[in-house]
Amino acid sequence: MAWSLAWSLLLGALSGFLLLLILLPIAGLLFTASPRDLLRGLADPMVGPAVRLTLGTTLGSLALVIGCGTPLAWVLVHRRGRGWRIIETVVQLPVVLPPAVAGVALLLAFGRRGLLGPALGALGIGLPFTRAAVILAETFVAAPFYLQAAIAAFRRLAPELVLVARTLGASPPRVFFTVALPISKSALAGGAAMSWARALGEFGATLMFAGNLSGRTQTLPLAIYTALESDLRTAQSLSIVLVAVAFALLVAMRVGTRT
Amino acid sequence: MSASTLEVELRGDVGGLTVDLALSAEAGPTVIVGPNGAGKTSLLMMILGALAPTGGRVAVDGMVVFDRARGLDLPVEQRGIGFLPQRDTLFPHLDVLENVAYGIAEVPRAERDRRALAALRELGAEALAARRTDGLSGGEAQRVALARALAPAPRALLLDEPLAALDVGLRREVRSFLAAHLRRLAIPTLVVTHDRADAEAFDAEIVVMERGAIAQRGRLADLAARPATDFVREFLDRG
Repeated sequence: MAWSLAWSLLLGALSGFLLLLILLPIAGLLFTASPRDLLRGLADPMVGPAVRLTLGTTLGSLALVIGCGTPLAWVLVHRRGRGWRIIETVVQLPVVLPPAVAGVALLLAFGRRGLLGPALGALGIGLPFTRAAVILAETFVAAPFYLQAAIAAFRRLAPELVLVARTLGASPPRVFFTVALPISKSALAGGAAMSWARALGEFGATLMFAGNLSGRTQTLPLAIYTALESDLRTAQSLSIVLVAVAFALLVAMRVGTRT
Repeated sequence: MSASTLEVELRGDVGGLTVDLALSAEAGPTVIVGPNGAGKTSLLMMILGALAPTGGRVAVDGMVVFDRARGLDLPVEQRGIGFLPQRDTLFPHLDVLENVAYGIAEVPRAERDRRALAALRELGAEALAARRTDGLSGGEAQRVALARALAPAPRALLLDEPLAALDVGLRREVRSFLAAHLRRLAIPTLVVTHDRADAEAFDAEIVVMERGAIAQRGRLADLAARPATDFVREFLDRG
């Protein structure tokens, strides 16, 4: 009896501690300012451009991630050999890379003195500190979340179904579009939501590779960082916007994967 | 109808097993039996075009679909060979009618549905047309899968242990249904099984495969009269 009480207390204390650690900051965000403060914060001139830029760039990166990530996942699932398994591991790397490292890496790839720098320069293209750089940074950090979900979904697809579809006269592209995609769609949508959420919150790589130029490369997280120096309420208002969007994505994902 | 045969001559290496055999099947069912790892499924995959043989030739209904010497290797979707795997057979995102209509290509929607319905009717499964696939019993699912395989009018049909995933009671029902329908088909039909009861029900020629080659072939009575290998003796003793 004493054991079971001690056990319950231990479980309660440990889970309660972590729960508090997660919930308290969110409560702090939501409840330490009056609605009027928040509205005033949202009226700050840097809010509008940051919201528009964030929506535009994250949707751009989402399109890249889905448009190129779906075929890549399909290829990775259907190719055998060690080389492909290594590639599969490498594309997951951005998940564990510190954002600052991602920023340096992007500069060394696409920057003026990076791997593609001279080639891009010859074409008159300078990527760093542009909107395109924001999209690239968001894609770099967000793509693995979608890829992981897509690879898992395509692996779950029974090979018999693919073979049967082909014996029924379907070419590989038709199998992909009429069997693989529809069967995997809720898992793909879940991956896309995770990937979008990650892009929305992207900060470090964007700061280093695209800078923090208001109206041009200043996304919501960067605007929060900038606002923090002058007006805590603006930072708080923007944070609440991001929390609301992230929460909506989380709920949508849960609902989406259930059906 | 005289050309309705399946001519197979194949050599290939699959996971350490060397397949090397020649097989000719007339219209109607031919049963393939053999121990696990004998290469039965590999043989079906090579005929379908899902596994690459290292040599040989496959002709269906007079049309060559694979000929190593001539460098001819038609992709799966152009071979016109129907296939029924043992499980995971129906597309879960389509209803029964859409499943059966999947292989009927390049005709208007109404005509497709009409033909799919006719294929279901042929197998006594017309009433299932509007059903979702996840509510079907194992037996109903196999009927629908067979209707779907036959709907595009294939030149040959391959069944890989079509009863193995069913429980015993259902197996008997589906077996007699399959036997009745496969006998009526005017196309060569290979049925892989490891069950003697299947071989009996289909009342067909039996091809015994062992270690990638044909060990014996004949009717059940021929096999019983002169069993060529230990496996054949064991197979005949079963059930």
